Amino acid sequence: MQPIAMTITALPPDPLRPLIRRLTGDEKHEPSSHSTLDVLWVLYDRVLRVTPATVDAPDRDRFLLSKGHGPAAYYAVLAAKGFFPAEWLDDLGGWDSPLGHHPDRLRIPGVEVGTGSLGHGLGLAVGTALGLRAQGFADARTFVLVGDAELDEGSNHEAIAYAGAIKLPLTAVVIDNQSATHGWPGGIAARFPGWDAAHVDGRDHEQIENALTRRHDRPNLVVAAVAPKWSDR
Amino acid sequence: MMRQTFVDTTTELLASDPRTAVVLADISADAFRPAMRRHPDRVLNVGIREQLMTGVAGGLALTGLRPYVHSYAPFLIDRAYEQIKLDLGHQDVGAVLVSIGASYDGAAEGYTHQSPGDVELLDTLEGWTVHVPGHPDEVAALLRAAARHDDRVYIRLAEQENSQAYPDGGRLRVIRRGGPLVVAVGPMLDPVLEATRDLDVTVAYTNTPRPLDAEGLRQLADTELVMVEPYLAGTSARQVAEALGGRPHRVLHLGVGRAEIRRYGTWQDHARAHGLDPAGLRAKIAEFLW
Repeated sequence: MQPIAMTITALPPDPLRPLIRRLTGDEKHEPSSHSTLDVLWVLYDRVLRVTPATVDAPDRDRFLLSKGHGPAAYYAVLAAKGFFPAEWLDDLGGWDSPLGHHPDRLRIPGVEVGTGSLGHGLGLAVGTALGLRAQGFADARTFVLVGDAELDEGSNHEAIAYAGAIKLPLTAVVIDNQSATHGWPGGIAARFPGWDAAHVDGRDHEQIENALTRRHDRPNLVVAAVAPKWSDR
Repeated sequence: MMRQTFVDTTTELLASDPRTAVVLADISADAFRPAMRRHPDRVLNVGIREQLMTGVAGGLALTGLRPYVHSYAPFLIDRAYEQIKLDLGHQDVGAVLVSIGASYDGAAEGYTHQSPGDVELLDTLEGWTVHVPGHPDEVAALLRAAARHDDRVYIRLAEQENSQAYPDGGRLRVIRRGGPLVVAVGPMLDPVLEATRDLDVTVAYTNTPRPLDAEGLRQLADTELVMVEPYLAGTSARQVAEALGGRPHRVLHLGVGRAEIRRYGTWQDHARAHGLDPAGLRAKIAEFLW
């Protein structure tokens, strides 16, 4: 499979660089090695109606990180936006740290769901969107971020099919770094029947923002392509 | 009968409490059709997708609703075990799981439709209240009580039922006074009463094995105790040991066996095969107390 040609039009915002270094202690790798970073930044910087002051507001927008693996970028963005002190980043996974290698909603302000086991976020997001709708929070939007390899979990497809069937307006972002072991022949969007679908450069903030800002009357898939996880595929 | 009470009571709760939601995976969807027409945003049938059913319940609860989640026991508990563990427990949200089918109501359907291990599976998780009603008239109060909080509740409905309801069966309730204690959980009461008709035993009933009434057990049990449960034998062994900890005692745990019975028939046939009919119970209890 050939890597998708990609433009790095916008470097990740500078405030994140030192924050990620605090988490990983890694001076060599640029933040661009974190596949989710740009989508997460654009979400919290330009799209989501949620702030540290409104983490418990019933009508806030919801963002669910289904792909709980490698949450460094998520933690850096939340710290940059003031959801918790940057000092927390210095002890990732420590006994006294609220930040684990997978996020726990009970420990971290602003985290909507605790994830780690793959394939849980989409179902929870469908329930969240339905719960908001049932309570009349028409402005509240629900977003969920899934990895392309995570899509291998069959539970996702229960949620994808149902959301499509009932035209539930939630937005799923699939970060595509071509890490699914058997790939997705025919493309990831083909696995989302009944959904609107857009493909964006997962490093291009304008493209990401455009795709995430627009409201849809049915579920919306945004495939955000980044560099392949393994260069030998 | 129990299932109809569940449908009727939950339909009433949908009308009276805007927090109530129902999540289904096709099973019993026909029975909820009138409620679905009246409350399309809160009665949700996700199709034959039990992992999603539980995930949706977790999402609903995260927004403040009170989901009632319903299917056949093996699909509700066994199949979606990780969703119960993570989408409810790990998120620290609750739901009311209501199953039908029990250990072998689906006798002719075979082992795929039987869940003798459901209560034991929930025992691996934190904070589950388990109700095993023995009569349809006990069901409505359990469902209504569960609407008033956000905890995790499992209500296990069955075809087998006792001739009399005990709405106050949350704690151990003495039905007959005598010698050593025999505890009957849910629909095990009638067969236990018949099995011990001429034995000198105390029979106590509960429809709430979790949390098990430890205080009642300490008061009623002497040195010998028999537990009779309609799911895997020994499911309450740890709870009984903890309740009677430090006190010398002998205990016999009766319930459904672990060996799969590759026969069909009716729930009565399977009760007999597991020794949970009056004759089977009598033989084991009498031998133990001899």
